[in-house]
Amino acid sequence: MFADYSWPELGAIFAMQGFAGLILFSVFVLMALGLAIIFGQMGVINMAHGEFMILGAYVTYLLSNFFADYVPALFSIYFFIAMFLAFIVSGALGLLVEWAMIRHLYKRPLDTLLATWGLSLILQQVYRSVFGAREVGVSIPDWMMGSLPLTDLVEIPINGIFVMVLAVCISLGIYYLMFRSNWGKQVRAINQNRVMAGAVGINTEWTDRLTFGIGCGVAGVAGSAFTMIGSTGPTAGQLYIVDTFLVVVFGGAASLLGTIASAFSISQAQSIMEFFLSGSMAKVLTLLVVVGILMIRPQGLFAMKLRK
Amino acid sequence: MTRSSFMSRKELIGFLILAAVIFLLLPAMLDSFRLNLFGKYLTYAFVAVGLALCWGAGGILSLGQGVFFGLGGYCMAMFLKLEASTPENTAIQSTPGIPDFMDWNQLTELPVWWQPFYSLPLALLAVVAVPVLFAFIIGFAMFTRRVGGVYFAIITQAFAAILTILIIGQQGYTGGVNGITDLRTLLGWDIRTDEAKTTLYFVNGVLLFAVLLIAQYVRKSKLGRLLIAMRDQEDRVRFSGYNVANFKIFIFCLGAAFAGIGGAMFTLQVGFMSPTLVGIVPSIEMVIFCAVGGRLSILGAVYGALLVNWAKTSFSEAFPELWLLGLGGLFIAVVMFFPNGLAGLWSEKIEPRLMKRFQRPGTDTLKPVAERAPAE
Repeated sequence: MFADYSWPELGAIFAMQGFAGLILFSVFVLMALGLAIIFGQMGVINMAHGEFMILGAYVTYLLSNFFADYVPALFSIYFFIAMFLAFIVSGALGLLVEWAMIRHLYKRPLDTLLATWGLSLILQQVYRSVFGAREVGVSIPDWMMGSLPLTDLVEIPINGIFVMVLAVCISLGIYYLMFRSNWGKQVRAINQNRVMAGAVGINTEWTDRLTFGIGCGVAGVAGSAFTMIGSTGPTAGQLYIVDTFLVVVFGGAASLLGTIASAFSISQAQSIMEFFLSGSMAKVLTLLVVVGILMIRPQGLFAMKLRK
Repeated sequence: MTRSSFMSRKELIGFLILAAVIFLLLPAMLDSFRLNLFGKYLTYAFVAVGLALCWGAGGILSLGQGVFFGLGGYCMAMFLKLEASTPENTAIQSTPGIPDFMDWNQLTELPVWWQPFYSLPLALLAVVAVPVLFAFIIGFAMFTRRVGGVYFAIITQAFAAILTILIIGQQGYTGGVNGITDLRTLLGWDIRTDEAKTTLYFVNGVLLFAVLLIAQYVRKSKLGRLLIAMRDQEDRVRFSGYNVANFKIFIFCLGAAFAGIGGAMFTLQVGFMSPTLVGIVPSIEMVIFCAVGGRLSILGAVYGALLVNWAKTSFSEAFPELWLLGLGGLFIAVVMFFPNGLAGLWSEKIEPRLMKRFQRPGTDTLKPVAERAPAE
């Protein structure tokens, strides 16, 4: 399949597809981080994760309309406010869901899966009733449009760079939260030994709720970032949920570094293959390889050694 | 195995009531259009019964039952499509004698792996064998490595996604997103008429009872008891010297076989097969049929499949907006408030009252192990 191309062309193809892969990578990372917190640290399967993302996207959409109509002067920076708001709104819904539903189901992980799937159906219908069934797009500020020409053959879109930078910032932020903050210490303590964590005075119930909320909030930010590169529809979240779960499981559920590494390998493999095969076959092959590896190595790439 | 250990008196009554509902009540009450719809729901019941064994008894939640349903359905559809694509029927194509969608996608001859489906016995064999083989590969790879629980659920869900993408992508070989449509006859017997659909409804019912009896046999055998023991205390069963993985593989394959039969009957009853019945959403809906009926009860699973689908049809006719809200609410309500579904509601709330009223002295009211809630 490489024979028809000359070397410089192949180089450019790999660079371009590699960059497209980097954008896909950023998207995967943004989606998977929230899930990695919730699934990896709490063991809760949140099938409504995609819908929390879409909530963030709709918040961004509403805010972009609001700024365009009432405060056009600040339109170029509305996005940062939108991200913050998306975090708050999705996070608040996450706290509510944890309080109303998830906390009753901690001992039944398979049932959490079904219940959150039900939640995702409800949210989808709510989005459809409120925002309509058609996909909506936000207007992007001028400075985010266009692309940077790197060489004659390679061009890089600016919004892609923005999403990548965002992914890096959020990853660093979560790293800081998990490994440097008090909350992160408590979450990891609970993950290792819930009873002892409670015995030394950690409020496990509240930490769980906060963890779930933060995970959902990060999903909201991811959704907000999505609006920069694609449009948003009521069922858009469902398209990503399998990919996201595979990314998290493939990386090793409890390891953030693993999540990032697996997002990188899956996205790169998929986007490079996409050029040579059809899109659907690239996806099928990638998923099959991932599932195949998981069957041989169920603990994922980076397994945490835990004594059970 | 004596009759009484195979089926208690109470279970026998349950079977008879279900038989009366399927063979007498529904045909008497419904016109042929509605009966055909219920025939379609019955094909889902096959999957639900398989799930009651895998998930309820074995504790293995598969979110990929749609894969097996679809594989069985596609095997049947391929046979029917080949029968419908005679050179006379397809004379206007550039290559007569091959299915129309292949012609549209510039294929000029039938792919090799379609060839066996010229023969009905081979196709019928494939309906069961292909899903079972597939389930065996998945089950063998996962259960021997002791992967279970949510990981298994996610991987099976990934398979549902993969198969859907594959079918949609390989349009020339599979009919793509439209699926395999325009099926006409089964060995010359026209399956599109109302009479044929009614006949198929009864065939469905009979096959479903065969499947139910197999399921009942499995539940009452030593295997069934081991499954429940595994669900509750897997390590203890392993330490007692049993090979846990083999039992899990077996029950998963059995569930896949049931789903494959259901899929094949779906194709016959409805007259097409498409990737919309394979993917993530239908697979998880099949789980809710089982959950609503009661994951521990095979009869409950049948009622669950019938009721949820009937509600879906009537709701989406009357208030299309509300259906997703209703289904979502149903998921949450069942999981949070009635984890044992309708069957649990019956055996915990209604039956004790009936029993109290009609109690005969000396009747044993102890529940069999299988009907108790899983200890989690």
